Amino acid sequence: MSFSRATRAVLLVCTGLVLLFVYAPLALVVLNSFNTSRTFEWPPPGYTTKWWSSALENPGARDAIVVSVEVALVATAVALVLGTMAALALQRFRFFGRDTVSLLIILPIALPGVVTGIALANAFLTMFGIELGFFSLVVSHATFCIVTVFNNAIARLRRLGGNLEEASMDLGAGTFRTFWSVTLPMMRSALLAGALLSFALSFDEIIVTTFTAGTGIQTLPIWIYQNLFRPNQAPVVNVVAAALIVLSVIPIWLSQKLAGADESVAAAR
Amino acid sequence: MLHRHPRLRLGLLLGPPMLWLGVLYLGSLAALFITSLWTVDAFGGNIQRIWNLDNYRDLFTLDVYRTITGRTLVTAAAVTVIDALLAFPIALYMAKVASPRRQRLLVIAVLTPLWASYLVKAYAWRAMFANGGPLDALGVSPGYGLTATVLTLSYLWLPYMILPMYAGLERLPTSLIEASADLGASTATTMRRVVLPVLFPAAVAGSIFTFSLTLGDYIAVKIVGGANQMLGNVVYDSFLTGNNLPFAAAVATIPVAVMLVYLTAVRRTGALDSL
Repeated sequence: MSFSRATRAVLLVCTGLVLLFVYAPLALVVLNSFNTSRTFEWPPPGYTTKWWSSALENPGARDAIVVSVEVALVATAVALVLGTMAALALQRFRFFGRDTVSLLIILPIALPGVVTGIALANAFLTMFGIELGFFSLVVSHATFCIVTVFNNAIARLRRLGGNLEEASMDLGAGTFRTFWSVTLPMMRSALLAGALLSFALSFDEIIVTTFTAGTGIQTLPIWIYQNLFRPNQAPVVNVVAAALIVLSVIPIWLSQKLAGADESVAAAR
Repeated sequence: MLHRHPRLRLGLLLGPPMLWLGVLYLGSLAALFITSLWTVDAFGGNIQRIWNLDNYRDLFTLDVYRTITGRTLVTAAAVTVIDALLAFPIALYMAKVASPRRQRLLVIAVLTPLWASYLVKAYAWRAMFANGGPLDALGVSPGYGLTATVLTLSYLWLPYMILPMYAGLERLPTSLIEASADLGASTATTMRRVVLPVLFPAAVAGSIFTFSLTLGDYIAVKIVGGANQMLGNVVYDSFLTGNNLPFAAAVATIPVAVMLVYLTAVRRTGALDSL
């Protein structure tokens, strides 16, 4: 081993402390969702499941979840199509301005969220004269979701190379047939991983959302944010937060499975 | 016959994404800048298309905006430094000390909070810092304010710093560290001469995220920051409550300008290549 015993021990302790820093607040939210005290007294005076049952019956939270899922699904669908097209163009062709195009794809997440949010809101309001609502929200979400699909797709295309596609063309398959029967199946797990990330990104987004959603639309993050400062809603908000923490294990589990599928793709080559 | 015309194929592939990002998104950014040169009438909040630099003059001369800009930049710098300090030991442990099995588990442990909701994480710290909350019970809570904001933002963006550092250190051959030790270098010398040169570009790559995300954040400061304001709050308040889109647009150009300067400066370190 390269590092001394003492160095390794120090690194281990630091790692433990950082992990404690990462997980303690999340554990507190989950614990507080069972706290009998409305104001989350510490330590909790007792434990109850009544907040969970009242949160399940909360219509505001339920409606907001439906809206968030709809927005995330449509935005992800748009991002899947545009991100895959951009990845194919950049990976399979050499052309002038290629670097500029790849920079342009990253730009919506490289620039701060307020900038993207206000730029798109301003464009909708003053340039197109479109009221803010579901449409503007989905457009803004798709804009920053493209890059997640793009990143996954281009990494896969880079690894695959073009041999199988050339073989398909040599055997007489056309452009679309080759894409449908050869390229797409090999990209499937990468596209799924990108879509998963894109869905999560959209479902969770709040900064751009506050600018482009207008007043009529309430996504789950907006619902949480609006109820965060209302003391009598605190236990229900806390339950929703706890549920989201527990549910975030699902995408992790799925992406691990997809990574496993990736290894089998690599092995098949 | 698409396969005979690669240019046509490229055009068809590139057209839709470029319409979206090149025309809609870049067009929106350009329009934002143009709007910042307009003004609103004093009563109705209607935009008047009169060209002037009043918004920028207010922004640079009024003390309140200078203070807020300074505070935002200091917060972004503090968050970046804290994240770099926190990320270094865990990234080094993950990449160079942990067994392969533990390494995989740690990567998952670091990635998991990235999937948890941003708002929920900020909310979690609100509970941590609350009056009568766990930190208060221990007697170490700073209460809601700028310190709480810096800590919460450091927490939120920490994985963005750990992951590039880990990736950078992973690429550093362990044999180099061993060679350094065999040649008689102390741990400190090995860190300085072998680990740091690899770590620095990785940290710079991570800092792009910690810096940019902090510059644009206005939700965390509302949740744990007490009465403090960041640039993002000014943008949002002028846009929605103040009904002054041109001024909001002018404020929003500050983070863009800062990020452009930052990216140009960072380019020299070669960190952009490892993104």
